[in-house]
Amino acid sequence: MTNNTTRFFAASDQSLLVYLGERVSLETHERVAKLLHLLEAEPIRGVCNLHPAYCSVLVKFDPLKLEHVRLEAILRSCLERLPQLSLPEPREVEIPVCYGGKFGEDLEAVAESLGISAERVIALHTSVTYRVYFLGFVPGFAYLGELPADLAVARLPAPRRSVPAGSVGIAGNQTAVYPFATPGGWRLIGCTPMAMFRPEREQMSAVSLGDRVRFVAISQERFAELATR
Amino acid sequence: MNKMIVQAPGMFTTVQDLGREGFGPLGVSASGAADRVALRIGNRLVGNSETAAGLEMTLVGGTFQFLGGAVIALTGSDFGAKLDGTAIALWTSIEVRQGQTLQLGATMDGARCYLCVQGGFQVPPFLGSASTHVLSGLGGWEGRALRKGDALPIGDAGGRFRKRQVAREALDRLRSAKVLRVTDGPQSDWFTEEARGQFFDTAYSVAEESNRVGIRLRGSVPVARLSSEEMITEGVPLGAVQVPPSGQPIIVFVEQQTTGGYPKIANVIAADIHSVGQLRPRDEIRFERVSMERARALLQEQEELLLSPGLIGE
Repeated sequence: MTNNTTRFFAASDQSLLVYLGERVSLETHERVAKLLHLLEAEPIRGVCNLHPAYCSVLVKFDPLKLEHVRLEAILRSCLERLPQLSLPEPREVEIPVCYGGKFGEDLEAVAESLGISAERVIALHTSVTYRVYFLGFVPGFAYLGELPADLAVARLPAPRRSVPAGSVGIAGNQTAVYPFATPGGWRLIGCTPMAMFRPEREQMSAVSLGDRVRFVAISQERFAELATR
Repeated sequence: MNKMIVQAPGMFTTVQDLGREGFGPLGVSASGAADRVALRIGNRLVGNSETAAGLEMTLVGGTFQFLGGAVIALTGSDFGAKLDGTAIALWTSIEVRQGQTLQLGATMDGARCYLCVQGGFQVPPFLGSASTHVLSGLGGWEGRALRKGDALPIGDAGGRFRKRQVAREALDRLRSAKVLRVTDGPQSDWFTEEARGQFFDTAYSVAEESNRVGIRLRGSVPVARLSSEEMITEGVPLGAVQVPPSGQPIIVFVEQQTTGGYPKIANVIAADIHSVGQLRPRDEIRFERVSMERARALLQEQEELLLSPGLIGE
């Protein structure tokens, strides 16, 4: 049965938003993941793109081939199958991070605002295994959660025009790596030498929706070593 | 292989086709031509499939030399094109002789002009498309805007020159508009009744810092939200009109972020996305609300016109 938190909204004349829950939770995330896998395995004719997120999947379609009402009906039958589906085994990915200094220029300010030491921020950030809720924003940008509650900080009041590629940021209960030099409003605490998006490889993104991620603190020397590989 | 040499790139010139759909789960947006209508017609004028790669020029065009002979077409906005110093028309196929130089200047109307060439510009596809995604440096010509000295390979043309031009009435019907038709956004109810009314009464000015990622608007009154509650990040449709805390709306455009956390008050309909691609800084625009049924009918109408045999005459 479709759970009662499911909601559909015609977000545009060429897309339909499917909400699978109202709050960020692992349970909702797993429904998002299952729906995404199902729609990738059994594509619906006329659907041209999928944008998964925390609690929703935006289904983009060709309005000359499909209508909202018909698509909603098809998706409802997909949703009924979710409980029987199992997810692929998640991968475990370690991301090496050099924290602080020029690698993470907000680390000291973050520590100060939280009333803890920079070392404690690093210890907390590396203490948990994160879930890749989804990839969004730009190619390979993984929304990771949940950040330990003691690390919750607000976004910068004004986003930076350009954040260096590889920067590790935190905001609210989320953390992420910026795969490219892009504008960014999260607080930067470190940087990874690991390439997060590698168009030359079969597996372009270093992490995928559903993967488990851990951050590992590395020295500046190790960063330099890994960066030259 | 026949090549086109970039003698001057213009303000911001990229290789674009109709984009790469299907990679949202990787965070990769579709990208593609800002004015798809212009690119599609340009390709048809030179005898290409609509999906061939052309050049998208922004506000100021470039200077290009053709090493071999070529058949080209310019579509979209009028950038005052000249071939070896002689003015040439838009919306028609043109024969270029070996060694001739095409020079474009500043726009005389909208933001973008397209150059299509028979055989298409040949760049290595990324995820099945030739479109440039500048923010991530992927696709197109080395993932970036063109520079002086770039030599773009042109595909094998094959066919001989045929004079083709777009029917005048069709062009009038496909002209880009300054009134953008929208449907309700997923968070329309996050705004006060008054704010929604004002949104449709306001003339918005297109801000300087607009680009392929988003069109930033300035209105006399910021769009007021009911509460400052944070939204859960969700997928963003092309053409979404999102309202950041400043209250000044942004139209999410072709090189968009796949997901975002700003509430969306409205969404530009598919049939009007090409008009967004022709908006210049300081242009004044308005929004007009239409129903989903009307949006679909308008797209159907546009598509029928684009595919009609009468669109292009010989």
